[in-house]
Amino acid sequence: MGELRLMKGNEVVAEAAVRCGCDGYFGYPITPQSEIMETLMELAPWETTGMVVLQAESEVSSINMVYGAAATGKKVMTSSSSPGISLMQEGISYMAGAELPCLIVNVQRGGPGLGTIQPSQADYFQTVKGGGHGDYRLITLAPSSVQEMNDFVDLAFDLAFKYRNPAMILTDGALGQMMEKVELSEFKPRWTREEILQMSGSWATTGKTPDRKRNIVTSLELDSEKMEQNNIRIQAKYQEIEANEVRCEEVMCDDAEYILVAFGTSARICLKALEILRARGVKIGLLRPITIWPFPSKVIAERARQVKGFLSVEMSAGQMVEDIKLAVFDAGCHVPVEYAGRMGGILPSPGEVVEAVENKLLKR
Amino acid sequence: MEIQDIIKPENLVYQKSKIQLDVISHYCPGCSHGVVHKIVSEVIDELGIQDKTIGISPVGCAVFAYNLIDIDWQEAAHGRAPALATGISRTNPDKVVFTYQGDGDLASIGAAEIIHACNRGENIVVIFINNAIYGMTGGQMAPTTLLGQVTSTTPSGRTVELNGYPLKITDIISQLPGVSYCTRQSVHTAATVRKCKNAVRKAFRNVMDKKGTSFVEVTSTCNSGWKMTPVEANNWLAEHMFREYPQGDLKDVDKA
Repeated sequence: MGELRLMKGNEVVAEAAVRCGCDGYFGYPITPQSEIMETLMELAPWETTGMVVLQAESEVSSINMVYGAAATGKKVMTSSSSPGISLMQEGISYMAGAELPCLIVNVQRGGPGLGTIQPSQADYFQTVKGGGHGDYRLITLAPSSVQEMNDFVDLAFDLAFKYRNPAMILTDGALGQMMEKVELSEFKPRWTREEILQMSGSWATTGKTPDRKRNIVTSLELDSEKMEQNNIRIQAKYQEIEANEVRCEEVMCDDAEYILVAFGTSARICLKALEILRARGVKIGLLRPITIWPFPSKVIAERARQVKGFLSVEMSAGQMVEDIKLAVFDAGCHVPVEYAGRMGGILPSPGEVVEAVENKLLKR
Repeated sequence: MEIQDIIKPENLVYQKSKIQLDVISHYCPGCSHGVVHKIVSEVIDELGIQDKTIGISPVGCAVFAYNLIDIDWQEAAHGRAPALATGISRTNPDKVVFTYQGDGDLASIGAAEIIHACNRGENIVVIFINNAIYGMTGGQMAPTTLLGQVTSTTPSGRTVELNGYPLKITDIISQLPGVSYCTRQSVHTAATVRKCKNAVRKAFRNVMDKKGTSFVEVTSTCNSGWKMTPVEANNWLAEHMFREYPQGDLKDVDKA
């Protein structure tokens, strides 16, 4: 059993970063995630593991510092909240194009614009449909507990390096600010120069030695024929990720006639709604996507053959509901797919979810 | 004496740097970039730091610098090279990191990144090509474009009312305590090429000695963008550009 602590989600991201052997964090303050950088500055890992922590002049710079360090094969990360993540989209697109691994943590707040500092899930589209320019995907993990905020830091880095692609932890202000019991991970040493050379020496800018050609990290290719080939190669990688890395949790789905689909904070609210509805004899389950890209479309398609309807519960105007509809459509099923949720920093209550199930699914 | 008797190793008086690659340059004849690339290659070669150097190419004509010099390179988004350099240098303190940026990249879209990287005293070399115009996109106004200068977006010449004043970014950089060396050079004559090489060598040495940021502006020509012959461009540089951008060291902590 690892060390147990009572910690905020944001604090645990910092702790997990140091413990998983992260080489560097570059960030810019924004509510509700500033505790990540503050905790790192308190931990002062440059004195222990050698991890670099730097406050940048903007989110634009943060993500580009991450680009520079990642392109040398280092394990580096940044974090921000919705408006700051919008500013990073250019850098994220460039990193996806140059096939660079990194971790980006988005502790979402309500938008659009400056919006509010309260929790939201309205960056779903931005995260899984692009956000930046060009055809690219972001491996995205959606934790629903402080424990998963801890566990997904290491997992996100693993996936990012396995596929040489940016990975995101998509969470929200509620999980960032909430305190829960967490079992911390064991310390892993940072990679040595030899390990980096072995793992990333074929592409990373580690310094051109006489035994190899120079390494160039770029997303540029003016010859469209070659650029299309680059895209085809990257798309093949995305298909591999979709085939191998889907993660989701199912709660009471086996006998379910109805299924709630929700991730992160919304999924926690749905668990309470599930309890209330099950007590009333409604056969309902919860399907919680853990990776929201790759999306658990196949799992949903399987369940579509079994259930009478889905309800997507989101802290947004209804974004993930579109992906559920696509999955159901691809399965050739015609069961209703409904949405319930709140926007602008308001959490839906379990009662509101119960009411939506009754009105939108049971009375149908 | 036959020519074959002269071409012998012991008679060699000049050769191209080994790390300047044997490829056709994409730069226009007369452009300063080619000479500055040669200087950078020679300095890296002479200091023996090919395996330690990481270059960052900008968006602009020098975007393809990585095709011309045989070191590891990263290509940055427009203006972001100093942020990349920060990330590289901070996590790889044993490396010699330099950015190579034009005036649009460094003084316009990347003004925040360069100011803050220099203000933190990042241990990097900055090579700043100031030719007072956007070369790659076809000759639009740059922040450093002179008053009255005709470009494709100032067809009647740059005016204060519409476009404000030429930005002397190098003067601003020289005021920042994190900067150890800040200089303005040019490569329009054999004598200034030699001086410029000394400045670039000093900048790289400073970074090897961990002295913080070293910033070398090369006040440059863009004869294509300026719609001049190479000779006319060199003359225009000396006559007009040097008045706005006086040549020489603005700061050298070694001499303070």
